[in-house]
Amino acid sequence: MQASDRFNINSQLEHLQAKYVGTGHADLNRFEWAVNIQRDSYASYIGHYPMLAYFALAENESIGRERYNFMQKMLLPCGLPPEREDD
Amino acid sequence: MYLYSLTLQRATGIVSAINGNFSGGKAQEIVVARGKVLDLLRPDENGKIQTVLSVEIFGAIRSLAQFRLTGAQKDYIVVGSDSGRIVILEYNKERNVFDKIHQETFGKSGCRRIVPGQYLAVDPKGRAVMIGACEKQKLVYVLNRDTVARLTISSPLEAHKSHTICYSVCGVDCGFDNPIFAAIELDYSEADQDSTGQAASEAQKNLTFYELDLGLNHVSRKWSEQVDNGANMLVTVPGGGDGPSGILVCAENFVIYKNQGHPDVRAVIPRRADLPAERGVLIVSAATHKQKSMFFFLLQTEYGDIFKVTLDHENDKVKELKIKYFDTIPVTSSMCVLKSGFLFAASEFGNHALYQFQAIGEEEDVEASSATLMETEEGFQPVFFQPRGLKNLVRIDQVESLMPIMDMKVANLFDEETPQIFSLCGRGPRSSLRILRPGLAISEMAVSQLPGVPSAVWTVKRNLSDEFDAYIVVSFNNATLVLSIGETVEEVSDSGFLDTTPSLAVSLIGDDSLMQIHPNGIRHIREDGRINEWRTPGKRTIVKVGSNRLQVVIALSGGELIYFEVDMTGQLMEVEKHEMSGDVACLDIAPVPEGRQRSRFLAVGSYDNTIRVLSLDPDDCMQILSVQSVSAPPESLLFLEVQASIGGEDGADHPASLFLNAGLQTGVLFRTVVDMVTGQLSDSRSRFLGLRAPKLFSINVRGRRAMLCLSSRPWLGYIHQGHFLLTPLSYETLEYAASFSSDQCAEGVVAVAGDALRIFTIERLGETFNETAIPLRYTPRKFVLQPKRKLLVIIESDQGAYTAEEREAAKKEFFEAAGMGENGSANAEKMENGDDDDKDDPLSDEQYGYPKTETDKWVSCIRVLDPSHLMFLVSTLQSFHFCKYRRDENQLYIFADDSVPRWLTASYHVDFDTMAGADKFGNVYFVRLPQDVSDEIEEDPTGGKIKWEQGKLNGAPNKAVENASCMGQ
Repeated sequence: MQASDRFNINSQLEHLQAKYVGTGHADLNRFEWAVNIQRDSYASYIGHYPMLAYFALAENESIGRERYNFMQKMLLPCGLPPEREDD
Repeated sequence: MYLYSLTLQRATGIVSAINGNFSGGKAQEIVVARGKVLDLLRPDENGKIQTVLSVEIFGAIRSLAQFRLTGAQKDYIVVGSDSGRIVILEYNKERNVFDKIHQETFGKSGCRRIVPGQYLAVDPKGRAVMIGACEKQKLVYVLNRDTVARLTISSPLEAHKSHTICYSVCGVDCGFDNPIFAAIELDYSEADQDSTGQAASEAQKNLTFYELDLGLNHVSRKWSEQVDNGANMLVTVPGGGDGPSGILVCAENFVIYKNQGHPDVRAVIPRRADLPAERGVLIVSAATHKQKSMFFFLLQTEYGDIFKVTLDHENDKVKELKIKYFDTIPVTSSMCVLKSGFLFAASEFGNHALYQFQAIGEEEDVEASSATLMETEEGFQPVFFQPRGLKNLVRIDQVESLMPIMDMKVANLFDEETPQIFSLCGRGPRSSLRILRPGLAISEMAVSQLPGVPSAVWTVKRNLSDEFDAYIVVSFNNATLVLSIGETVEEVSDSGFLDTTPSLAVSLIGDDSLMQIHPNGIRHIREDGRINEWRTPGKRTIVKVGSNRLQVVIALSGGELIYFEVDMTGQLMEVEKHEMSGDVACLDIAPVPEGRQRSRFLAVGSYDNTIRVLSLDPDDCMQILSVQSVSAPPESLLFLEVQASIGGEDGADHPASLFLNAGLQTGVLFRTVVDMVTGQLSDSRSRFLGLRAPKLFSINVRGRRAMLCLSSRPWLGYIHQGHFLLTPLSYETLEYAASFSSDQCAEGVVAVAGDALRIFTIERLGETFNETAIPLRYTPRKFVLQPKRKLLVIIESDQGAYTAEEREAAKKEFFEAAGMGENGSANAEKMENGDDDDKDDPLSDEQYGYPKTETDKWVSCIRVLDPSHLMFLVSTLQSFHFCKYRRDENQLYIFADDSVPRWLTASYHVDFDTMAGADKFGNVYFVRLPQDVSDEIEEDPTGGKIKWEQGKLNGAPNKAVENASCMGQ
């Protein structure tokens, strides 16, 4: 493998990460990973109408309210981010 | 693993609904998405919803929108789904299908966070469509016409914004200026970085306008402004001369009018007086009504209350926004206001409904306005109201919906021929136990006792041009009874029919005379009362008859066929004789084709297990055209013309095919195709109908010939949506039947069974199940059947609801307060508004829902139900545990568990060692005890060994093995 290829692969990865939200990388921390999982889950619940209906039944809320609640939870799905260690 | 699935009942819940003129013309139509099924509905002239077309799309529909090109007469349908594509459909009236006009792929399939499909918005002038995702991505497609007026679509234009959640999108009506789309957006990038939480608390929703520059073919962010942080939905406000343009932002507790360069106009959404203070009011569905001179919006809250929103405006300047209480109906997922004065409400749970507008909320009612909005230290001053009976809407039709099915079991509790399906449906006050029986529902119009046990029944018109039947003729073993149909049905003796003998057939013959065939001859009753009798030669008797309006064939004992035709003068003339090899079992003549003198085919069934088709044409009269051998002697024959299965509503382009149906003595219905020219039989099929030989009768269904088959249960063969269906009727065993048409009942059936004469109509054609619903109090969760005592035990519960006692007390208090406070005027109003069926309870829970309380409260009940009048350990968090019970110690020992914790939602005990389960994330799987563990348990009846065994991996000593699993959704 030549040196230029490696740069190429790296740049391709970066491109993917920018294009597809949630694509992982080597330095991903636990919090970021969890946030992505949660946001993907909420988006999936919102997209699958039967899932929304299922939650709405369990919580005795309307489907519209349940959808709104899930959207709201996408802001901080795992609470506040941990303090960053200065490097 | 191979799975085979057959849909018995298609999905009945509705995800999204849109309305428009999809077939062109004037008819108002509704397109509904039921998850993976797309339906076209149309209210008929009686206000009944009819399903015109139902298509399985093999995907999940998430959003629908309709648009119309300028100057065009029909609407197109845009579908947002999980396919990673945008699809534009056009309804083809001629072929009764949705034609796929465009299908553009833009992303991965599946319901993903950043793949568009969740939101759809169209430019009100039909020039562009925006398709958006929950996060980041939005694509705009430009729609246009080519030189031959076909719809064209551009390549996508991106309107993406990273790290941004999107709540809603809609088109902005700006006439013929560049198309604009509005979106509620929330940027989370800073909140994700800031560990102090300050950025998160300051996160602000924005309303952003995206402009599509048609000249540059480019989308740009035109304008963005802060919007209430509770915003969840956008509604287009008419513009371009029809209104002030701009949009309505629906937020928690507020509706706000916004437009670029216009100050916000905000009004508070009135709230129910009994709503806990910490709960907000959220708009969940919206509909717009637009006429030339005015427009208004109907917004429905999460509690079911509909508000009428009007804008007071001068040109582009909105002066006041008013929100007036309109009516309360069950919470909807979509509402459609039809131009014909109907409101279609697609309920999120339970039955859907069609309402008619009686008024448009012009009368005095609770109203919130932007002009009277009061801001105090605690925020904006709320406006309160009390829900009341329907004032502006009246319900005229219901569409059954089983959604949500909470539990279901199949059992034969009523000892019927087929088992019943018991299902728990609905939620809260609208929940019910539904008993489903395969078959079409029947509505019985009359049952009357007859003096003996009848053997047959016919109906007959007096004249070919008559709309309704004149007589019902009932034959007994030794007599014939004639009943005349008028205001009432009564016996008559002046009809000319011979009443001292049984009858074999009674029908209209020629244009205006009647024919009665009895064992000894044919009685021909002319219009003027003259009677001609034809007597059988010698001592032979007539055994079987086949006839249509102009031709009669009789079979004498011994197997001789005699063929008669009606001549020009209306006389019945003998034409031909033919000797069959043995006795005739049954006969039928095809109906006379339109514009012809005679039908060409006679079918004769014999006891030697054959069916022969004979010619009735003058040049080869009584020649055998074809022979079909069958497995048992035929009992009854019927020619039925069926339109080809493809084709439009009228099917004019597709010639009908002629089918010969035969009911065999073994209970099998045998069907073959008859070549219309040669009479050759081909493509035979058979189907078992019941324990008795099916008798076949021709009746009318929706103005077309259909077939009624009477075996141990009745079946109806008819055409529905271009398909021929053979479905059982939910009715008892019948002996003989005929079609029935009178003033009160246009398309009915008269039948005899036992010593009773029954008149009934067949309802809701096209449905598979006939259901009986028993209302329940709270959302049913699970039930068990007790087959021995024929009992059902149901558990019901609801979160955040008051108990029945608290509810009664609150209701009483309210009515007392209302009655005293307004000097009895509230009572008078109550009388006026109360529905007929619940006069005492103008606030029926079914319509208004249970009032909400704090979320930590809950109610439940266990119900033991006797519908004949009318326990393995599963943990929701930890998957399956296999336990052993020791009676002497009264203890449970967990000896095996699952290796993966799962959030179980359903489980089933498959066999001794195997459990099937389903979890919250859409997985279905099987776990089984390893053979050695199973054997060990068998050999250790005391369980002493397990008691002292060490646990593995913080769990039970043994692990069950997963056998098969598959991912659903």
